[in-house]
This record gives sequence, structure tokens and C-alpha cells, in this order.
Amino acid sequence: MEFTFDLNTIWFILIGILLTGYAILDGFDLGVGALHLFVKEDQERRIMINSIGPVWDGNEVWLVTGGGALFAAFPLVYATVFSGFYTALILLLFSLIFRAIAIEFRSKQPMKWWRQMWDVSFSISSILIAFLMGVALGNIVTGISLDSQKEFYGSFFSLINPYTFMVGITTVALFMMHGSIYVVMKTEGELQKKIRGWVNNAIIFFVISYVMTTMYTLIYYPHMVEHFKNTPILFLVAVINMLAIANIPREIFHGREFRAFLSSCISIAALMALFAIGLFPNIVFSNPNLENSLTIYNAASSQKTLGIMLTIAIIGIPFVLAYTISIYWIFRGKVKIDTTSY
Amino acid sequence: MNVEMLSRFQFAVTIAFHYIFPPLSIGLGVLLVIMEGLYLKTKNKLYEHLTKFWVKIFALTFAMGVATGIVMEFEFGTNWATYSRFVGDVFGSALAAEGIFAFFLESGFLAILVFGWNKVSPRIHFLSTIMVSFGSMLSAVWIVVANSWQQTPSGFHITGQGINARAEITNFWAMVFNPSSVDRLSHVLSGAWLAGAFFVLSVSAYYLLKKKHIEFAQASFKIALGMALFASLFQLFTGHQSAIGISKTQPAKLAAFEAHYDSSAIGDLYLFGWVNDNEQKVNLGLKIPGMLSYLIYGDTKARVTGLNAFNEANRPPVNIVFQSYHIMVAIGFILIGLSLVALFLWWKKKLFNQKWLLWIFVFSVFGPQLANQLGWISAEVGRQPWIVYGLLKTSESLSKVVQANQVVFSLIMFTAIYFLLFILFIYLLNGKIQHGPDVPESIQSEYEHQKALLERE
Ligand code: HDD
Ligand code: HEM
Ligand code: HEM
Repeated sequence: MEFTFDLNTIWFILIGILLTGYAILDGFDLGVGALHLFVKEDQERRIMINSIGPVWDGNEVWLVTGGGALFAAFPLVYATVFSGFYTALILLLFSLIFRAIAIEFRSKQPMKWWRQMWDVSFSISSILIAFLMGVALGNIVTGISLDSQKEFYGSFFSLINPYTFMVGITTVALFMMHGSIYVVMKTEGELQKKIRGWVNNAIIFFVISYVMTTMYTLIYYPHMVEHFKNTPILFLVAVINMLAIANIPREIFHGREFRAFLSSCISIAALMALFAIGLFPNIVFSNPNLENSLTIYNAASSQKTLGIMLTIAIIGIPFVLAYTISIYWIFRGKVKIDTTSY
Repeated sequence: MNVEMLSRFQFAVTIAFHYIFPPLSIGLGVLLVIMEGLYLKTKNKLYEHLTKFWVKIFALTFAMGVATGIVMEFEFGTNWATYSRFVGDVFGSALAAEGIFAFFLESGFLAILVFGWNKVSPRIHFLSTIMVSFGSMLSAVWIVVANSWQQTPSGFHITGQGINARAEITNFWAMVFNPSSVDRLSHVLSGAWLAGAFFVLSVSAYYLLKKKHIEFAQASFKIALGMALFASLFQLFTGHQSAIGISKTQPAKLAAFEAHYDSSAIGDLYLFGWVNDNEQKVNLGLKIPGMLSYLIYGDTKARVTGLNAFNEANRPPVNIVFQSYHIMVAIGFILIGLSLVALFLWWKKKLFNQKWLLWIFVFSVFGPQLANQLGWISAEVGRQPWIVYGLLKTSESLSKVVQANQVVFSLIMFTAIYFLLFILFIYLLNGKIQHGPDVPESIQSEYEHQKALLERE
């Protein structure tokens, strides 16, 4: 496949960037959710939730916008994937609802059972969201069965197999690692000490599942590494990924949480890049009939729309970055509970 | 039930539930801007308490709006895949623009609005309030543009044939400013202002009746009344504009609004009635002869296209549309009346001791909510059987691979979850209302302290 830098490619990259932004940002707050139940005291749980309090909603908007951009740029992918993965997607939506509500409702009442109920739903839904996203990603790697009309003809259960399950677990592990570093950065005292101790475990959990997934991919889904064989310089991305992961324990050890967090962001970005490179120029592999795959060309909107959308993106993205950076700047520093907190 | 009915039902349930919250967020947002603006201008503590209290309520409705909105974003793909393929090229860009321009703005500044009291200066805080309010209206702009495009498509052409046919954009601005978008957007926005205004009126009237937080409630009431007065009159105007618009763009819908069957007859306007579709007449009705013709053409003798001009298969279900439209309009007039009566009594300085009127205001909160829902039902059911007017039928736009049992499962789950959410929402809302605005001293010291710090910097 010749590589041409056209509008379709730009949109493949832009949607990749939106989803990477989502993975990095919502990744840590999903991770905080996944760790939430391990923290036992009410005050500490409040600190956990409030560490993501002002930002989680904005983080989720990356997903919403990614979805909208997918609809606009590659409507066939939007239609095929979301209708094909119907039941899985509905479960994801339920989890997203419960998570948003849990964060908002939890601290509004003092009763023990009330808080416990929302703590559990916050944590379980966070884990489920991460897992389902991983499974979805896994399915994109293995390919799904598309007919000549590019409609999915498998069932919900055909989407879950040992490989996709493993990608799901890996995603949960990744976000737990990412989230634990974030919490260390945002807390102090006892709680910080406790979570600092968890970071290493999370890293080990992640590295083990990541290595297993990678081997599995190399053996069973060699199409994901085609591009790397043809263009060896791309291996650099894999190297960056390794270095970033290896750097995390080092920074934590020296107490430089912010740098550890940056490393973990870089490793997520590199992972997403590896995945995107492996996929390009396909968006959804068809397995077994490869010719039915959805690519950035046969699934795209017209050139006119892609062009209009690019204008919209060029106007919008500087604003988005400006808001995001200012919000993180304003709410920098350790979490303090006050009357406006969750 | 088949997949089509199930999917329609699910879309109706999820959008109707979502649409309880956006109008409240949009309406309250504007009121917050006014309240905080008054505070910055007058430095009167009262307005600060107002702002802080309503921000808490706002945060709750906003969270509900977010949680239910995400469902909408993905539901086009899950249940209406064929539709998504057909319209993606045109419709998708409006949805993406909503995300990039509006949702990021809202969610970012919301953080400062709710959590930032002690983190930024009062001016920056005020700016954030403005931005959140602006963002919520901007999201209404894009979603209503998208919806208006499917009501009155323009700026596109069709490529491909049969199942591969799809609409492609030819002129972006013609798509954005399609024949109905301006009318409908202004109508939707002022419907949202009404929702916010009457919500505040209702809670304030309740406090006044209970003789709690009197000063606070009176101030809230006056501000909201101003907005209610403006918005209810504007609503009549924009609704009228919409009706004139659809007489040109969607004559079958207009005919269904007034159960007008015979194209060779002049148009009558019903105040109420019950449509018998088989016999093509209205029972138990009261009508003003020629009034529909007059409202649309300025001439009581003009002919109005009737339902008989359309093939039976291309007509919407008349009675549903007729009833929802008429109740909406009736509510519109009631809201205007209420606002005027309250204004008159205010001028007479007797407003706050009229128990009967305050009780009406307590319940008035349901008016705009109901009218907003009914308005969408009129607009959406009135365009049936089309999903994209004149181009694609609702029955042809489903996801082919989704089975009835899947939709049954999701529909039952959505209904159950939303039911639960609604109860929780009311429970928490009630808690906040009963609790009332925070005791002045505690707020004062904290914010004052912080402001003193900021001013020294
Ligand atoms: C008149 C305005 C209006 C209308 C017709 C709709 N919405 Fe809505 N929506 C809003 C006005 C709004 C809002 C005021 O902007 C909300 C409510 C509270 C909030 O957080 O934003 C919102 C939230 C909201 C969110 C969450 C955004 C976030 O995470 O911050 C999504 C994804 C959608 N909506 C999507 C939709 C879709 C796909 C609709 C059509 C089927 C729809 N909305 C109808
Ligand atoms: C005062 C008299 C009113 C008139 C004459 C009027 C007229 C109309 C018309 C003609 C439509 C259909 C537009 C279309 O399908 O394109 C409509 C829709 C709608 N109405 Fe009203 N309306 C009135 C009052 C209200 C009130 C009080 C509310 C809510 C507070 C409201 C909320 C809506 C909504 C949400 C829609 C659907 C969106 C749209 O299509 O614009 N209306 N109205
Ligand atoms: C743009 C894509 C949209 C599609 C494909 C769509 C489709 C539909 C369908 C199929 C129904 C069911 C109609 C029936 O059962 O007769 C419906 C109902 C409804 N829609 Fe839309 N709609 C869209 C946008 C919107 C928007 C933006 C709103 C605004 C909030 C909206 C508000 C409603 C409401 C309130 C109903 C309820 C009607 C009822 O209860 O029967 N729709 N829509």
C-alpha cells in the first residue's frame, strides 16, 4: 500500500489523536476508579474522587468528540461497528451512565450504605469501561466477520475470545498503573504513602499482561506488524514505549511523580501509535474475507466533508488545548476537600 | 413488536429523558450569568448567595444531562446504522462540531464554575459562568442544526443508488442555515429559557409560601420573572415563525397540526378537539374559522394544503400530532398569562402575598417541561414516515444486524435505569431545595477571605 498524505490519512491520524487524548486523560480517571475500592476510609475515598473531580467530565468529552468525528469522517465505520457491537456498546453506555452518576451522587448523602453503593458502582463501572474498550480494541486487531455489505454477522459472544479478553485485561492494568501514578501526584500524607506502594504492583501487573498480549499478537496476528517489517524506523515507536514504561519506576523511586506521570502518558500514546500503524490503512479488518475490510478510503465521507471538518478541527483544537491546559493548571497541586467538593 | 417499533420507542424514551435536563441547564445557565453579573456590579452579598445556591442545582442537572447525552451520541450508530450511513457525510460534521466547539467549552469551564470559587478571581469566575452558559447554547445550536437538516434538507446531493445511496454535502452554509434551522433554534432556546425561569420561580414561590429565605426567594423570583416574561412572548413569536416555515417546507405536518384534510378548503384553527382519522373530522372541537389561513397567509380566505394531498402512506399519525401541538400552544399562552399577571401584581406591590398565585407558580415548573416534550413530539412525529424529510423513511433506516431481542434487552434496561435515575434526581433535588441556600456567615468568611488574598496579590 502506497502511503499518501491525503485528507483520509489526516482524519485517520486526527481521530487517532482524539482517542489517544481520551486514553491518556480518561485513562487515569478510570484507573482511579479501578483502585477506588482498595482505599477503605471515607475521607480517603473522597480525596480519590475529588482528585478527578474537576476534570473527569472534560476527559470524557474526548470520547464524545472522537465518536462524533468518527461519524463525520468515516460514517461506515461508525454504523458498522456500533450496530455490530450492539450489546457490548449498550453495556458500555450503562457503565458510562453509572459512573457519571456515582461521582455526582456519592458524597451528597452521609449514609454509609449510600456511599458504599455509589463507591461500588463507581469502581465496577470504571473497570468495566476500561475492559470493554480493551475488548473492542482487541477485536479490531483480530478482525471481525464482515459480509460483502460490510455488515457484521457474528454474535456478541464471538467478540470475546482469549485474545480480546487479554487485551481487555491489559487495558485495565494500564489504566490502573496510570491512575495510581496520578493519585500519588495529587495526594499527600498517609494516603499517598499507601498508593505509592501500589504503583509498582500495578506496573508489574501491566507489564506481564502487556508482554503476553504482544507475543500473542506476533504469533497469531502477524498482519499487525507488516508495516514495521517494511519500514524498520517505525520500531522506534516500540522502543520509545519500552523506555517510557521502564522510566516510570525510576521516577517514582526518586519521588518525581510528575515525570513518572508524563512517562506513563508517553507510553499510552506510543501504544496507541503502534496500534494505529499496525492497522493503517484499514480501520476495521474483515476476518475471514479480507476484501470486505473497511479502510480509510472505502468508509470515508466525501473529500468535501473531510475538508470542511479539517477547517472545523483547525479552528477548534487550539481552543480545546487552551481550555484543557488552563483547567489542569488552575486545579494543580494536592487535593483539598472543601464545601464545593464532591 | 418488531425492531422498528422497538428502536423508535427506545429513541423516544432516551431522547425524551435526555431532554428533561438540557433545557434546565441552558435556562439556569443564563440566570446564573445575570445573578453573578449583578453581584459583581452591586457587590451585594445577596446576589452571591443566589449564585452559589443555583450553581449547586445547576451542577446536578448538568450531570444528568451529561450522563444521558452520551447515550444519544452513540445511538445513531447502534440502532440507526442505515440512517447513519446515509446522513454521515452531512449530519456527522454538525455532531463533531458540537463536540469540538461546545462540549469542551462547557465541561472545561464548568469545573471552574463549580469547584473554582476559591481558585480564581471573581472576574475569572464570572467569565467561566458566561462560558458555560454560552457553551450550552452552542451545543443546542449544533444539535438543532443537525436535526433541522433532516427536517428540511438542503445544501447536499445524493450519490449512489439503492442501499448505497447517501447524501453528500455540497454547500456547508446552506446545510447549516437550512430553511428551518433559525426558526427552530430560536424556538428551542427560548423554550429552554422558560424551563430555567419557571424552575426558579417554582422553588422561590415555595420558599415564600413556607416563609423561608424570604429575601433570597424574592430576589430570585424577580430575576426569573423578567426572563419568563421575555421568553414566553418570544416563544409565541418564534413558534409562529416555525409554523409559517413548515407551511412551506412540510405541509403534511402543518395539516396534521390542525387536522386539515381538504386542500380546497380554507384553514381553520382549532382551540381543542379530538381527531377521528377514519372519518377525517374533528369531534368535540372548537374552532376559529379561517384563522389558520389568516395566521399563515394574512388572508382568511386562502387555501391551505390538506392531508388528502398526500398519499395515505406518507401522512403522520394525525391525532398524536394534533394533541401534542395543541397542548404545547395552550401551555405557551398560559405561561404568557401567568407572567403578565405576576408582573401586574408586582407593579401593584402585591405580588408576594398572593398565596393562590404563589401556589400556581409552585406547579408552573411542569409547564415548560411538558411543552418542551410535546413540542418535540409534534415536530418529530409530525415528520413521519420520513426520518430525513422526503428522502429516507424511518422504516428503512434501521440497523440491519440488530435483532429484536437485543433491543428488548436494551430498552428494558434503559427504562429501568432511567426510572431509577429520575427518582434519585428528584430525591437529591428535593434535599437541596429543603436545605436551601447556605447560612450567610459561613460563605461570607470563606469567600471574603479568599478575595482579600487575591486582591493583595
Ligand atoms: C436544546 C439542546 C439540546 C438537544 C436538542 C440535545 N442536547 Fe445533548 N446536551 C445539551 C443540549 C442538547 C446540553 C445543554 O449541552 C447538555 C446538557 C447538560 C450538559 O452537560 O450538556 C447536553 C449533553 C449532551 C452530551 C454529553 C456532553 C458532555 O459529556 O459534556 C452528549 C454526548 C449529547 N448531549 C448528545 C446529544 C445528542 C446526540 C442529541 C440528539 C439526539 C442531543 N444531545 C440533544
Ligand atoms: C406559544 C405558542 C407556541 C407556538 C405557536 C408554537 C409552535 C411550534 C411549532 C409550529 C413547532 C413545530 C416546528 C417544526 O416542526 O419545525 C413547535 C415545536 C416545538 N415547540 Fe413550540 N410553540 C409554542 C409554544 C411552545 C412552548 C411554550 C414550548 C416550551 C417551553 C415549546 C417548545 C417546542 C419545542 C421544544 C419544539 C420542537 C423543536 C422545533 O421543532 O422547533 N413551544 N412549536
Ligand atoms: C438527528 C437525528 C434524529 C433521529 C434519527 C431521530 C429519530 C427519531 C425517531 C425515529 C423518533 C420516534 C418517532 C416515533 O416513534 O414516531 C423520534 C422521536 C423523538 N425525537 Fe427525534 N430524532 C433525531 C433527533 C432529535 C433531536 C436532536 C431531538 C431533540 C431533543 C429529538 C427529539 C425527539 C423527541 C422528544 C421524540 C419523542 C417523540 C415521541 O415521544 O414519540 N430528536 N426521533
